[in-house]
Amino acid sequence: MNSKVKNRALSVSLITEDIIISLFSIVLALLVGAIIVFFLGNSPVEAYGALLSGAFGSVRSIAGTLTKTVPLIFTGLAVAIAFRCGLFNIGAEGQLYVGSIAGVIVGLSLPFLPAVILLPLSILSGMSVGFLWGGIPGFLKARFQTHEVIVTVMLNYVAIFLTSYLVNYPFKSDGMVAQTDMLPLAAQLPKLVQKTQLSAGLFIAIAAVFFVYWFLWKTSWGYEIRAVGENPSAAEAGGIGRKKNTFLAMALSGSIASLAGITHVHGIYGRFIEGYSPGFGFTGIAVAVLGRNHPFGVVLSAILFGALDAGALRMDRTTEISSDLVIVIQGLVILFVAAPGIIRSISTRLRGGK
Amino acid sequence: MPIFDVLTWDIVLITFRLAIPITFAAVGGTLSERSGVINIGLEGMMLMGAFGGVLGSFLTGSAWMGLVFAMILGGLAGLVHAVLSVHYKANQVVSGVGINILAAGLTVILVRAIWGKEGMSAQVESLDMVTVPLLNKIPYLGDLFTDQTPLLYLMILVVATAWFVMFKTNIGLRLRALGDHPQAVRTAGISIKKYRFICVILSGVLSGLGGSYLSIVHNNIFVQGMTAGRGFMALAANIFGGWNPAGSFGAGLIFAFAQAIRLNMLEFEIPDQFIQMLPYIVTLLILVLAGRKSRAPESLGAPDE
Repeated sequence: MNSKVKNRALSVSLITEDIIISLFSIVLALLVGAIIVFFLGNSPVEAYGALLSGAFGSVRSIAGTLTKTVPLIFTGLAVAIAFRCGLFNIGAEGQLYVGSIAGVIVGLSLPFLPAVILLPLSILSGMSVGFLWGGIPGFLKARFQTHEVIVTVMLNYVAIFLTSYLVNYPFKSDGMVAQTDMLPLAAQLPKLVQKTQLSAGLFIAIAAVFFVYWFLWKTSWGYEIRAVGENPSAAEAGGIGRKKNTFLAMALSGSIASLAGITHVHGIYGRFIEGYSPGFGFTGIAVAVLGRNHPFGVVLSAILFGALDAGALRMDRTTEISSDLVIVIQGLVILFVAAPGIIRSISTRLRGGK
Repeated sequence: MPIFDVLTWDIVLITFRLAIPITFAAVGGTLSERSGVINIGLEGMMLMGAFGGVLGSFLTGSAWMGLVFAMILGGLAGLVHAVLSVHYKANQVVSGVGINILAAGLTVILVRAIWGKEGMSAQVESLDMVTVPLLNKIPYLGDLFTDQTPLLYLMILVVATAWFVMFKTNIGLRLRALGDHPQAVRTAGISIKKYRFICVILSGVLSGLGGSYLSIVHNNIFVQGMTAGRGFMALAANIFGGWNPAGSFGAGLIFAFAQAIRLNMLEFEIPDQFIQMLPYIVTLLILVLAGRKSRAPESLGAPDE
């Protein structure tokens, strides 16, 4: 009983430390960003003001922020779920491409079906392909001990070229652009706010957040995945199969990552356009790391990154600062979160050294 | 169309040129990973080098100084990776990803600040081609010494030196032990940290050189994101080549060949995408076939506790 209380106190303080490190990293990155803006001869206040109003200044800009947030929630969750099993999924980028092309092909092939069947069918087909594609590095790791980081990097390229082939040859629509035909309306996600790109994909994202939380912490499958992530040999000694969970975690990760592409294609463009992702899969790594690989943390950091992306356009238009400042800030956030030691040493110094 | 038309001598020459950026970064990756530090950040380090090349050439008017700047900026990116992942024991993959994102953003901001342009620098002096006297008279092989970039010879020098140091010297022996059994190296009284710092910084310097090929040899301008995944390709080449500088070079040639034959393959009606995909699939197959006997450093990715 006593030790249980102590454990809880310990875990609470660990969680608090996690949150503090994430917050500090954001502040520090924004600070460095401000210094860069200053040295380039511009006003940081003006730049961040434009950023903020671009992200949250009106209903439309909030819708814009949420639009940018949705794919990052999925890729962030995907990276987080793999990480909970001790695996690094660098392959979300490829997984979202293959998943979304599969969803589009199904949507285009069965235009006669009503929306209640066609839309879920397209989404589930895409997720299944994402499941299998994400499962490949899991299987290879379980069976041959190949490093999942390397395999997912390779598979990203295979996925990008494969989908490029599909939209340049068999599924290419007429015209110069490498893209598919428009999906029938029955296969598109409805828009939530007029004159914005925000689609019902937002609800799928929210559902995915709660699903991942429930799955990881309330089911025995999730327990097994976390056990393998925390201590593989102990888990194995306790009869938890390392190989099975390695495959399962990567495959699940792949299917969630694919939703980033599926909701984007079915919700925003209505068709698959070659190379449409601006790197959702890679930003997802940052989102997961900043969110401490917890579904709720992922939501918060996805909103932050989404807001930075959405606000950047306003900042680019109204100030001298390039929208790429937010990419620098994102990069800095990752580096600071990655090395909590930096934050710790700064805070000891602030407290007057030890 | 007979196969000879695909394998023209021109293709061989183009292959050597295209292999330059990949090989430099791949050898850098080999150094870093042999010392036990995963380097996903090669892409960002190359990009910093590509930018540095143009910056140096712009500021001094000499493309040779561009190479120096490229090495410095690449090396700085390497230093960041070393500080985070070796000193602060950060997750090496996360640190590498962060460097890639940071480099992508920073280069664009700096381009706008320096040249006032969107995603593209001004045109600068590029590195001249050279012809090596006497050697250029050798039949066929002479072409490799006629109108070539000096980086071609520097690449061969770097590959040979890295291979020699890694496999024929005591330093190399320690380096290889570092990636496999760091504790044994420590017991022998050698500073793990120092070795890893040097290797990771060198990987940045070499990636920077590789990046400068793209900006001030192949071009005379920096364009946003111009490395276009070659850093990841270099990582693949390093793995394909078995974490060996000579292997990295060989793999770099294979990857470059796949790019070089693209135009000639059009007549075979094989979609370009499949040719482009091939090196990655072959790398995957090699990884699987090598399986447990994989030559990956055993303690790759584990921070030194």
